[in-house]
Amino acid sequence: MSALLKLAARYLAHYRVRNALLFACVALTALLPLTVEALMRTSGLALRARAAATPLVVGARGSRFDVVLATLYFRGRVPRTTSMAELDLLLEGGLGLSIPVLARRTAQDRTVVGTTPEYFEFRSLAPERGTLPLFVGDATLGADVARALGLDVGDELLSDRGSVYDLTSSYPLRLRIAGILTPSGTADDAAVFVNLKTAWALEGLGHSHADVDELDPGDRLPGHGDANNVVLNAGVVEAQSLGPDEAARLHYHGDPKDLPLTGILVVPASPKQATLLKGRYRVRDDAELFVPSEVVEEVLGLILRLKRFFDANVAAVGAATVLLLGLILWLTLRLRARELRTLARIGVSRGAIATLIGLEFGLVVGGAALTALALSVPLAQALQRALF
Amino acid sequence: MRFAYAAASGPSTFSLALPSLTIEPGQQVALVGPSGSGKTTLLSLVAGILCPLQGTIRVAGSALVQDGRPVSEARRRRLRLHEMGLVFQELELVAHLTARENALLQSDFAAGAGLSGRELAERLETLAQATGLAGRMGAKPDALSQGERQRVALCRALLMRPPLLLIDEPTANLDQATSEQVFSLLSQEARASEATLLCVTHDPSGLGHFDRVLDMTELQASPPTSAEART
Repeated sequence: MSALLKLAARYLAHYRVRNALLFACVALTALLPLTVEALMRTSGLALRARAAATPLVVGARGSRFDVVLATLYFRGRVPRTTSMAELDLLLEGGLGLSIPVLARRTAQDRTVVGTTPEYFEFRSLAPERGTLPLFVGDATLGADVARALGLDVGDELLSDRGSVYDLTSSYPLRLRIAGILTPSGTADDAAVFVNLKTAWALEGLGHSHADVDELDPGDRLPGHGDANNVVLNAGVVEAQSLGPDEAARLHYHGDPKDLPLTGILVVPASPKQATLLKGRYRVRDDAELFVPSEVVEEVLGLILRLKRFFDANVAAVGAATVLLLGLILWLTLRLRARELRTLARIGVSRGAIATLIGLEFGLVVGGAALTALALSVPLAQALQRALF
Repeated sequence: MRFAYAAASGPSTFSLALPSLTIEPGQQVALVGPSGSGKTTLLSLVAGILCPLQGTIRVAGSALVQDGRPVSEARRRRLRLHEMGLVFQELELVAHLTARENALLQSDFAAGAGLSGRELAERLETLAQATGLAGRMGAKPDALSQGERQRVALCRALLMRPPLLLIDEPTANLDQATSEQVFSLLSQEARASEATLLCVTHDPSGLGHFDRVLDMTELQASPPTSAEART
């Protein structure tokens, strides 16, 4: 066997360009389907695990996919939000733990998630360094965000502006990094967590500026307001960071019950309470209760149906590749007829010659397939991080 | 023994018929004759690469072919690998191996045929010196001259001291002085290892090194009128 290995190694080294090309072709051909397969497996597992860990979600009536994906995985935007009034209703009902989530804004392209401290307890998230986002203007980063942006406790992170073409959109706010979360291998690693007040400030629903008494009289809008209700014009400079002073002056205009939420995670204390909640929401027109595991299975079912078309394509490409490899092998044997005849004439057995060819071809094709397999796992993980 | 095959093109056939030929163990025999007289074919028959249609071929007491029935292909290959040293007209070197690796090729597959790795290396060194290849053993065949390739093939044939040496035109591409060296080396090596040597040559100057000279035209019986191929 050592003679065969030596001979195979010499052949591969001598024709290294030809063999490297074959290796690259096979590896690239195998990499895509293997990566998709690994992505489907790992992301399916991750999606199911997070859905299974979240009993119920309440959101505005509409797309169940949008609400569940945005509330659990912080992906996409809900077309209609629910509100603090819905949270108050749930809290008054006392049918379980209710955790608000607002995930609409971004900072450096990472989703900013406004929530309450109960969220971190529910998801078993703890800061690796620093603290949770306890104060207005604080942000606690998921592990991947901190690593990717190179940020640490004490640094600042500027939120993204909604749209550069929308003059009425809120201005970016500077967030203080209060803590970095321990890696969890979930969507939480890719999020920036703030408290709800900060999230609403990012939405432009709450703002902070100098005290009315300290403002220039010219900042008042003439003919509007009265002694108890001062209306200011657009010349008033809003705070662009929320330090202790700005936080103290942070205020919201309008009814606090209308403040928006992407969704509300609901953890009923018992199956009976879950049943009661489901019954309650069955008759509601404006809000809906979703079971994330059912919604995620539906999403995965859709993806799997699409994947069948992909699998059929992969099968066709695979068959073409096998035929092509057969052709390459046949041409190689023709090219090497003289060398193989030499081996036969000096007395090397047919079995040894066949093993030699198999070994050379196997090292290239098998090595390429193994390389593709090895690469598919980190590639799938990277894609999973980017997609989910 | 009778052997025949159809020509590659046209209706003509090549045939070889030997009523009898015995070469004693340890004998050094030169095989001469005009081109196309069957010298190379005879070597291939003795090596078991080709099989006759009729007759018997015995090598070292055991039948390679008995009454036109050859022993198995595997057995013939094993016999070649372990018991024979061969130099073919086409030299048969592997393009992606160095001269050293080509010389060691047969011994690699024959597990050295009783020689240790060190013994093989020492012996190869000796043979490389004797054939003037000492500085060329790291080169690949396409970097060697035809004469050098010929000597590499000779080194491969002699390396394991096989009991039977079947050599086809060992000096075809060599100058007079090197031819003389090669014939001397072949003769010495065969004698040292008590090997039987059957060597095809067109070079009359080397015939003095052999115990016996056979002319193919004298050996052959009347050729058959029809033939079929079998290898």
